[in-house]
Amino acid sequence: MEKYIFYILSVIIIVFAVASVSSRKMLRSVIYLLFVLCGIAGIYFLIDYNFLAAIQLTVYAGGIIVLIIFSVLLVHHIEMELEIAKPFRKMMTGLICLLGLGVFLYTIYNNEFNVVENQVTTTTYDIGAKLLSYESGGFILPFEVISVLLLASMIGAIVIAKGRKLNDKNDEAL
Amino acid sequence: MNISYIVLIPLIPLAVFLLLGLNSKKIKPTISGYIGVLGLSISAVLSYYTAYKYFFVSGKVDGVYQTIVNKSVWMNFTETLHIDMGILIDPISVMMLVVVSTVSLMVNIYSRGYMKGDDGYTRFFSYLSLFTFSMYGLVLATNLFQIYIFWELVGVSSFLLIGYYYTKPSAVSAAKKAFIVTRFADLGFLIGILIMGYFTGTYDFETLNNPEGSVILNWASTSFMGLSVITWALILIFIGGAGKSAMFPLHIWLPDAMEGPTPVSALIHAATMVVAGVYLVARLFPMFYFVEHGFALNVVAYVGAFSALFAAIIAITQTDIKRVLAFSTMSQLGYMMLALGVSGYDGHEGVGYMASMFHLFTHAMFKALLFLGAGSVIHAVHSNYLKDMGGLRKHMPITNITFLIAALAIAGVPPFAGFWSKDEILVAAFEHNKLIYYVGVFVAGLTAFYMFRIYFGIFWGKDKTYEHPPHESPLSMTLPLMVLALLSIVGGFIPFSELITPDKLGFEAHLNYPLAAIAISVGVIGIALAWVFYKKENSLSDKYATAFGPFYKWASDKFYFDEIYLFVTKKILFNGISRPFAWFDRNVVDGTMNLIGNSTVKTANKIKGLQSGKFQDYAFSFAMGAVVIAIVFIYLWTN
Amino acid sequence: MIAGISIYEILTVTSILFFIGIYGFITRKNLISVLISIELILNASVVNFVVINKYLYPDMLQGVIFSIFIIAVAAAETALAVSIIINLYRQISSVEVKDTEIMKY
Repeated sequence: MEKYIFYILSVIIIVFAVASVSSRKMLRSVIYLLFVLCGIAGIYFLIDYNFLAAIQLTVYAGGIIVLIIFSVLLVHHIEMELEIAKPFRKMMTGLICLLGLGVFLYTIYNNEFNVVENQVTTTTYDIGAKLLSYESGGFILPFEVISVLLLASMIGAIVIAKGRKLNDKNDEAL
Repeated sequence: MNISYIVLIPLIPLAVFLLLGLNSKKIKPTISGYIGVLGLSISAVLSYYTAYKYFFVSGKVDGVYQTIVNKSVWMNFTETLHIDMGILIDPISVMMLVVVSTVSLMVNIYSRGYMKGDDGYTRFFSYLSLFTFSMYGLVLATNLFQIYIFWELVGVSSFLLIGYYYTKPSAVSAAKKAFIVTRFADLGFLIGILIMGYFTGTYDFETLNNPEGSVILNWASTSFMGLSVITWALILIFIGGAGKSAMFPLHIWLPDAMEGPTPVSALIHAATMVVAGVYLVARLFPMFYFVEHGFALNVVAYVGAFSALFAAIIAITQTDIKRVLAFSTMSQLGYMMLALGVSGYDGHEGVGYMASMFHLFTHAMFKALLFLGAGSVIHAVHSNYLKDMGGLRKHMPITNITFLIAALAIAGVPPFAGFWSKDEILVAAFEHNKLIYYVGVFVAGLTAFYMFRIYFGIFWGKDKTYEHPPHESPLSMTLPLMVLALLSIVGGFIPFSELITPDKLGFEAHLNYPLAAIAISVGVIGIALAWVFYKKENSLSDKYATAFGPFYKWASDKFYFDEIYLFVTKKILFNGISRPFAWFDRNVVDGTMNLIGNSTVKTANKIKGLQSGKFQDYAFSFAMGAVVIAIVFIYLWTN
Repeated sequence: MIAGISIYEILTVTSILFFIGIYGFITRKNLISVLISIELILNASVVNFVVINKYLYPDMLQGVIFSIFIIAVAAAETALAVSIIINLYRQISSVEVKDTEIMKY
């Protein structure tokens, strides 16, 4: 059963990813991305990382996608069609990507993974304890650093986006 | 004998130089003059004390004057070959200390009057101190390399002082000329030093000069073009000495060097720096004498004799009194060189060496006196030319008398100093080489003639029209004249033969009466001729000048040596060698570089489309490169 | 562990996703589309972290925690990128890649 769910999810992910990078309508492209992210959240559910799936859905689907949609709406007309690259360029890039994919898959399939059969369930409690632990192997320091990073990026985003309007009044001030 | 205090003798002038040189704008001129004189007085007192202690108290052990060395290693090349810094005390260096300190003290005192009111007063005194320091260092050097360092330092200070009036183009070009010509000669010196160091493994004078030492005994071990390598090295070193001492054919800088202030000419270009070449040969005298049976020494003798004759002839025709004195200096330096050249080594044989040093000493005194007297005259009439002078004996009695004493001394009239030393030189020449002796006698006559020519020209004859009536110079200028005149009178009675000899033993010198009589009579004839020609204004001299015709013209144009040098440098060196090299440099060397630069620019222009500025192009290249690198290094490279 | 699914299959899917992201990054002409491609690339790597953690080292949590960090960094990055895009749009009224090459000079 899980096997088929995975295949379905995989197809969803790949199809919508392709759609997302090839759609000529901006907003559609973003929505396809949303489907991809949801599919990945599905994979997290499948491998029993529920907390991670929740984060994926809230942060990505709920936060980042909304942010991108806002920016799309701010800078585009909905009906505007995107330019597309030249066919030669597309072909070359596709070739490079296929070559790279070949290298990846070749490497992966030639590698003997030391898989451990298990059915361990990771609880949110475990993740939280690990994140806040300052014992050996704890992640309290990166956790703090990430929080500072988020604060900094928030301030930076506000400052940059606020910008300075290029109108006459400002020109005089300059 | 404790000699550690001697290091103060050069260091005090150095301190004075730094003090005055660094504060030249802050120190008042009068004070800087006093500082200079004070510093040099201390050095002079120490020098006199050293000379007294060395010659009369403790220098002699078992009848031999000791060579005392105090040195420390400065630069190490190999176990045995190293350059030392230190001081070396032996008869000639002590004698030179006395000469340098006396003349330079006198010149400093004199300059206080002569340079009064000049803009660069403090600068002048700091240069003088720098020169004195370098000269002391040269005199006290313990090895060839140290002497070379100070050799260049005196060259630099000479350059600075000749170019003292640096706003005058002629002074600047004279300074450059002096520097370049002596530098050119020093190239020979340097090569000689390097050859010497390479083949003997030492630079030390003590080791080199030891007559029983391996250097002198093994002179024949390596030969080059038929001569011993050591002989070649000595000849090259002598070229350096000839450059500094204005020997033919490297003399051309000395007359032009008279562009400097007159006290400088007295100090550097008459008494001290120019004798450095003589001192150098004397310093290496045992090597010159023993290596290859004195081949290099013969070169010295003939070059000296020719220079003496050559310069004396030119001196007769010059009208600028300082130039007359310059050629006279060159002539007397040739005398010293030829005396060294005809000298032997042991006992009485060493009379030439002794006479050379003796003449160096007396010449320093009376030639400095002549220059200072000439300076006093120039100070009064504001001209260098003989035609602007005349009848000055009434206006400047002290200058007149002191100048006369000096002229008598250089003409070799007893009992003045020059007579004694010149007599010894002629004795040495007579005993060893008759040809050189005749040249010496002839030059002695010429010397008396041209010296009294300018003496009569300046102080006798009719008064000329002067800008303002000439007056006697101030005491600061006449005092050195009187002191030097005194030394020119009594200097000849110093028993040099007991103090300074090549083997450092000393001998009893006797006056050779027949030779002395010849020398005196030649001198007197010269003076008498000058009296006839120049005592009163008459046309005799012009008549004879026309009688000699082209020869007179040649001589007064210094035998066209300046023109020959100009021709060689400008026409041959510049056109024949420098131009092609410049062309090669400009077209081939620069061309290659330009080609590289231009092709880089062109290539850049062609490929700058790759730098589109679109980050996706870069990302494309990056992805491609990453894939290629991954393929190559993960799969193809691993075996 | 997903029953019946080996790690190879999952890694294949993530690799494909990764290269779709690369393809989009290089070919898309619009800055927001480029941003979307970046999200794809990031997600592919996050899944890899998680899957390898689950399949190879089930007793550890490093992979999961790194995924969380990556998601956080991605959020920060997106916020900054969006603000830059908006500012850029104000300045030059365009968010096309071809208009943003002025920094090459």
